[in-house]
Amino acid sequence: MSEVFVQLQSIYKSYWRDSLEIPVLYNINLNIAEGEFLALMGPSGSGKTTLLNLIAGIDKPSQGEVIVNGQHIDGLSENALARWRSQNIGFIFQFYNLMPVLNAFENVELPLLLTKMNKKERRQHVETALSIVGLSDRMKHYPNQLSGGQEQRVAIARAIVTDPNLILADEPTGDLDKQSEEEIMNLLSRLNGEFNKTIIMVTHDPRAAEKAHIIRHLDKGELYD
Amino acid sequence: MKFLKLIRRNTTRHFLRTSLTILGLAIAVMAFVIIRTSIDAWYSGARASSPNRLVVTNKISLVFSLPIAYKEKIAKIKGITGITYAQWFGGIYVDAKNFFPQFAVDKDTYFDLYPEFLIPPQQKEAFMKERNAVIVGRKLADRFGWSVGDPIRLTGSVFPGQWDFVIRGIYTGAKETTDEATWFMRYDYLDERMKKETPQRAGQVGSFILRIDDPSKAAEISKKVDNLFKNSLAETKTQTEEAFQLSFVSMAGSIVEGLRIISILVIGIILLVLANTMAMTARERISEYAVMKTLGFRSIHILGLIFGESVFIAAVGGVCGIIITYPIKILVGTALSNFFPMFKVDILTVILGLGASLLVGLLAAIFPALKAIKTPIVDGLRIIE
Ligand SMILES: Nc1ncnc2c1ncn2[C@@H]1O[C@H](COP(=O)(O)OP(=O)(O)O)[C@@H](O)[C@H]1O
Ligand SMILES: [Mg+2]
Repeated sequence: MSEVFVQLQSIYKSYWRDSLEIPVLYNINLNIAEGEFLALMGPSGSGKTTLLNLIAGIDKPSQGEVIVNGQHIDGLSENALARWRSQNIGFIFQFYNLMPVLNAFENVELPLLLTKMNKKERRQHVETALSIVGLSDRMKHYPNQLSGGQEQRVAIARAIVTDPNLILADEPTGDLDKQSEEEIMNLLSRLNGEFNKTIIMVTHDPRAAEKAHIIRHLDKGELYD
Repeated sequence: MKFLKLIRRNTTRHFLRTSLTILGLAIAVMAFVIIRTSIDAWYSGARASSPNRLVVTNKISLVFSLPIAYKEKIAKIKGITGITYAQWFGGIYVDAKNFFPQFAVDKDTYFDLYPEFLIPPQQKEAFMKERNAVIVGRKLADRFGWSVGDPIRLTGSVFPGQWDFVIRGIYTGAKETTDEATWFMRYDYLDERMKKETPQRAGQVGSFILRIDDPSKAAEISKKVDNLFKNSLAETKTQTEEAFQLSFVSMAGSIVEGLRIISILVIGIILLVLANTMAMTARERISEYAVMKTLGFRSIHILGLIFGESVFIAAVGGVCGIIITYPIKILVGTALSNFFPMFKVDILTVILGLGASLLVGLLAAIFPALKAIKTPIVDGLRIIE
């Protein structure tokens, strides 16, 4: 449990808009151990999503280093990063972001299209992932035929189907009612406890954050305990 | 291909938009093929021409004739293995709208020089026997429902009066390009009456047709012919049959050129139509592409999706266009059959039409695809639909 899995070193991040520099994150240092469940809280605009994106390798720091599982990901090329993401990261979005033209099964299968798995192997993995999230009976449903909570569970199945070690969730319950929120949080707890996934979750909601082992706060681009 | 399903589903996502785009493409490809086919039709005479034939006409203009007496002089030139002549008759059948080409030809020699007109031997014999016999092309006979033995009356315009004929033969073309819509009557029938009614117009022909044994000598022989009649009352202009036919095309030069430009514009328009559809599509899906990239899909996959969709729509549009071309071609071909002996869609034109639509499919996807792969993931994800 004590092995450092995610390491952020002296991260500084700013965006440029019309030759105007907008600083977003200042001097972030963060170590997250393997199997950890961390909740990142903070007001809107404080830089939570940006921080998560840096760890996910879909954005790059202006300064500093991001090391995940021993890999310096800030130095990788676009394509190498894409490959790395497909093998190491499961990402869960606030608005689920399922493909509307694909049904639940096909949405979960999507990341597996990047692997060498054949159809049968893919089917097995997808069915396993959907059964973990409790949606085995909704495989043929399209996103617009599912409730918000169900959509998010499909999205979680999509995030775990490649069996990544690190799961990143950006306000996964932000758009859900109480009961669905509870389901999703229990699911994430299970992924952490039962399947030993390292989870970093951004949330507004103290009740959601309760399930995490560690809570860190971000305010105006700076990290607090 | 694992991604085909996604491409196909994306294509049918906005069913109306995709259908309208395909319809637009189909109509444009059809228009392209029909226009190129009519350009080909202008050249069909030239393509059907034989390199072994030269045509001698009056140097001033086609409307002036030449004395039939030239025949003996021309025939003496070395390298000429056959000579015949023809005169434009220009009669009206019932109504001026029923135009078709009519030539008064030398019964003994004309068809020897045009072996591509296939005539059954008995019909040819019947033509030889009767002064007012005519041989008509298969298509012309079909057009008016004529058969062998039918009496036909024409009203002369170039040569005034009522003229009575009997159909004695129907020829077919040896090749696809052979014209099958011409009327051949006997020159002696015409000339005999001219001698009686307007003697100054007798003994005149519109053109001589020469057969040469060596096409490479065409220029040399043409020059010899024209030199024979230099400074005479009727100077000649001798050229290959192909050049003669092409001079008709160049008379219509600006029409043909205009058609060519329109055919290219049509392709330009389908490019705009499809590019617009693809731009709308790709813009709507920017956040989906960002999600796919987050999952680990690379630029090559996103390019595949966008180009795949564009080319797929273009291909369907192209194929539909070719399918609707055939009924349209029959309509247009029938309407223009007096004008063009042949209105046939060439397989090359079909390939060109399909190729153009595929090219359009590729071009239309370039900008949307570039935009999709250049948009940073985080920007794509920030767009909340
Ligand atoms: N791609 C971007 N371009 C410009 N500014 C951005 C971009 N992403 C985030 N920002 C800005 O950075 C700040 C933090 O954003 P974000 O990380 O989304 O905050 P949070 O997730 O905590 O609400 C905001 O002021 C936001 O406007
Ligand atoms: Mg956020």
